Parts: sequence; C-alpha cells; structure tokens
Amino acid sequence: MKRGLTWFNVTALVAGFTFLYIPLVLLVLFSFNEVRSVTDFTGFSLRWYERLFDNDQLLRAALVTVQLGLASAALATVLGVMAALALVRGGRFRGRTAFAGMVYAPMVMPEVILGLAFLLFFVATSLERGFVTLLLAHVTFTMCFVAVTVQSRLLAFDRSLEEAAQDLGCPPWKSFFLITLPIIAPAVAAGFLLALTLSLDDLVISSFASGPGYTTLPMRIYSSVRLGVTPEINALCTVLIGLVTVGVIVASLVQKRSIDLARRHARP
Amino acid sequence: MSGAPAPRPTSAGTPPAPAIAAAQPRRGARIDWGRLAMIGVPYGWLIVLFAFPFVLVLKLSLSDRALAVPPFRPLIEWERGLEGILDFLAALDLESYTGRLIQNPIYGEALANSLGIASIATLILLLVGYPIAYAMARAPRDWRPWLVMAVILPFWTSFLIRVYAWVGILQPDGLLNAGLGALGLVDPAAPPRILFTDTAVIIGIVYAYLPFMVLPLYASLERMDHTLLEAAADLGCPPWKSFWLVTVPISLPGVFAGALLCFIPIMGEFVIPDLLGGPDTLMIGRTIWVEFFANRNWPVASAVAVVLLVLLIVPILLFQRAQERGLGAHR
Repeated sequence: MKRGLTWFNVTALVAGFTFLYIPLVLLVLFSFNEVRSVTDFTGFSLRWYERLFDNDQLLRAALVTVQLGLASAALATVLGVMAALALVRGGRFRGRTAFAGMVYAPMVMPEVILGLAFLLFFVATSLERGFVTLLLAHVTFTMCFVAVTVQSRLLAFDRSLEEAAQDLGCPPWKSFFLITLPIIAPAVAAGFLLALTLSLDDLVISSFASGPGYTTLPMRIYSSVRLGVTPEINALCTVLIGLVTVGVIVASLVQKRSIDLARRHARP
Repeated sequence: MSGAPAPRPTSAGTPPAPAIAAAQPRRGARIDWGRLAMIGVPYGWLIVLFAFPFVLVLKLSLSDRALAVPPFRPLIEWERGLEGILDFLAALDLESYTGRLIQNPIYGEALANSLGIASIATLILLLVGYPIAYAMARAPRDWRPWLVMAVILPFWTSFLIRVYAWVGILQPDGLLNAGLGALGLVDPAAPPRILFTDTAVIIGIVYAYLPFMVLPLYASLERMDHTLLEAAADLGCPPWKSFWLVTVPISLPGVFAGALLCFIPIMGEFVIPDLLGGPDTLMIGRTIWVEFFANRNWPVASAVAVVLLVLLIVPILLFQRAQERGLGAHR
C-alpha cells in the first residue's frame, strides 16, 4: 500500500497552516502602516514603533511583567520538579490521588474561577495585592505545567542508573543532582520556558491577583484594545512575537544540541 | 461539603502540610527527609494555594453581600471559637443561589449559551483539527518535528495577541469581508456584521484552541501501526472503510483528550467573548468577571463560579483519568 501524502492531506496542511499564520502575518504587516488603520495598508512607516518606545507606562508594565515572569517561572520550576518526582518516584503515599488531581486540575480549570479563588484567598489572609500576590498566583497555576512536562521525561528514563549510584553508596540527594537532574534537564528547561510564557501571557489571573498601581503588560494591552484598535498595539504585539520567535528558535537549537550530545555519549 | 469549614485553617489561613504517614523509606527505618520534602512541599503549596481558595469561594457563595471593602460579610469569626462557627451555621443561606441565580434568567442564559458555544466550537475544532493531525501523522518522518513546531509556535505567542489579531480581520471593512466580497459571496456595499457576534466568538475560539486539538490527535495518530491498514487493504477493505473501522477507533483517546482539553477552558472563556463578542454574547466566564469587577457582587460571582465548577467537575475528572492512563501507557 502506498504511503505518503494525498492531495487531501496536502490541502489540509496548507489550509490549516494558512489559518494559523495569516492573522499573525496581518498583525505584523499593519504595525508598519502609515495611517491609523488596521484594515487598509497605505504605506510603510515606523512611526508606531517610535510612539511605542516613548510610552513610559507601557515600558514600566513590560518590566514588571518580565520580572514577574522570571521569578515565578523559577519558583514554579522548583516546585513543579518536586511535584513530578513525588508523582513518579514518591511511591504510594496517603492522598496521592488528591495530590495528582491538584496537579492536573489547574491545566484545564477556567482561569476566571482560578483568579477568583486566588483573590478570595489573598483577601482572607490580608495579603496586600501587588507583586507578592501575583507571584504566588502565577507560581501556582504554572507549576502544574512544569510538573506534567517533567513527569513524562522521568517516566521515560532508566531508573537503574539512580539505583546503581545509590547501591554504590551515593546518598539520594547526591544521585539526584549528579544523575537525575542532568538527564531530565531538557524537560526542566522546557518546563521553565512554558511557565515563563504562561506567566508573561496571563491576563485573567493577573487581573484578579494584582492590586491598584500594579499593572502587567497583558493588562495594559487589554485595556487599550478595549478602547480601540490602533497600529501602536500591533507594533507592541510585533515586538512580542519577534521576541517569542527568537526565544523558541534558540530554545529548540539548544535542546537539539543537548540531545545530539546525549546521543554521542550514549554510543561510545 | 456545603459550608463545612476548611480542614484545619488557622486564622492566618495557612493549613498545615498534610501528614505523609505512609511514607516508606526504602533503605533503613529512618525517616527519609528528602522524600518527605519532595512530597510535602508541593503538596502543602497546592493545598494552601489551590484547594483552600476553593473552599473560600464556596464559603463566599453562601455569604451575604455588604457595602464594604471587601464587599461581603465575614463568614466565620474564628476568634470567637465554637460560638463563631455556630453563628456561621445559623446564618448560612442559599440566597446567592436561590435569590439571584434562579430568579434572574441572565445566569441560566449565560450558562446555556456557554454550553452551546463550547459544544459547537469543540465540534468544529475536531472537524478542522482531525484532517490537519492526520496529514501531519502521514507526512515524511523528517518533516514531522517541523510540522509540530509550526503548530506549537502560535501557541507560544500571547493568547491575547492572537485574539486581538482577529478584531481587525472581522471588522465590517476588514479582510474577511473584503475576501468574501471579492469572491462574490457577500455584497460589498452592505457587508454583514461579523465582529461582536457569536460567529466571531466561535471563529476566535477555533483559532485560539486549534493547537490544543491538533497535538493530542497527532500524538495518537502518529503512534498508529500502519500494518493494520495494510492488512485491512489486503483483505479487500476500501480505504474509507478502513479509515472508519481502524484509524478512527485507534485515535479515539486523542479525540477524547483534545475535546476535553478544549471544551473545559472554553466553557469558562473570558477574553474571546469579551473582545470579539457583542454585548448580548453571554458567556459564563464573562458573567463572573462582570459580577465581580463591575457589579462588585462577590457572593454572586462566587455562586456562579461554584455552579460552573460543579458542571465541569465530571469533564475535569475524565480529563485527569485520561492523563493518568496516558502516563500508565508510558511505563
């Protein structure tokens, strides 16, 4: 039987990827528009970018967002790796099902509900809403994605390596840092990036968790989109898309390199 | 469970980490502190910051609205001990539910509308996503990582940006109408209004959630053993029939996972109906947001959230079981 792509498959791929990419291409295109329209392209100009980099409010929001993203992704990675280890290496413990449930639930839980729950918690504990509350909320909803990413890697690798080290007298914490961590490192890095992206991107949970005077970039974008569509927002989105694209390409190159290295080590 | 106080909350709102009594150290009888920390720290974190906040939502939904900051009456005065708890039990009421949710048809409508939009969107996602995933799984092996990357790349870009991109396209003088007009499908003089309708919301949802549908479908289709199809063909089964009898049943776990991964968050979606929908596009996530931020009626917002959660609990449990089973297959 012949395998390979039929015309139907090719059509599906072309149509599917056109659908996925056309809106982003248009968004980028109109960021260079001369006039204040996002439907009618009249000529090339960079004036919206100039405006963008003069906008102090926006730049301050961007700074807050990046700080928050890096801090929450770092913390979420530590907690997520621990949660993955607990699920895969923890054996049986009381409340394991409830624990697994709490790890998977935030992945699909509607953000509005999560945000509301976080806010009520912060009110009940009288935590002043600001950076700390944003951090706690972001860590909680992103650590689950780290845990799931790391978990699948932990399940795939050969446990006898760890056991061999421990049989030779290596204490568990040392075998974790010397053997387990290097092996799961690509998944940990992927989990960190995922947590970072989710944090940088979040609007709904941040809106609930942040206090007055503390605005993240998505919150800024959202409020200006509500006021109307301008090429300035397109310019901002283009900058963000550019950063993400570069980040993803660099990350995948790094990962590819580490996989190649691992292969070379595996086959002496 | 209704109204029951949190397991062991202190006034600071930090219940202690769970006892991990069944911890069995693998070597020797000493307590394995490493293992205890490995389980206890994330477990404790999730109990304090995930489980406990939900108890608070439930509590607040049973509370009365008050014109104060925060805009509700405290439910349990822990400082007063048992008396405080008894007072709480006496004052417990379902007013947020009976008084507002049932009497005001808006909430029922929002719920029905969310259910309708989420079902239609999930169905369209399946119909659009399946051919893409199928073609990806049949593509030459070297292409596949690139195709997967191409599906994931838009997912890494901001959700908000991807939804915003459609605002320009769906405008009356936007590119969709221009394209349809060029094809002679719509009258350019009187373009139909698409933005701020349910149609726009569904288009936005299908766009934003497509990667979540394609990837699980691809994962299940890619693993498929193609000799099965060859066997079917050798036995005289026509391709359409072997697709229906072999491929589709094999991909069902992927269909299931993709549908749940889309349907559950779509039910509570806020950004898409808010930016692409009209004032009459009622969806439950948006209702919670409006009750909370605009009307400042926290008890009703909590009650709506509880109702939504109760509706979603079955799909969420199904999703978790599918996750566990998927991991089991790895072993």
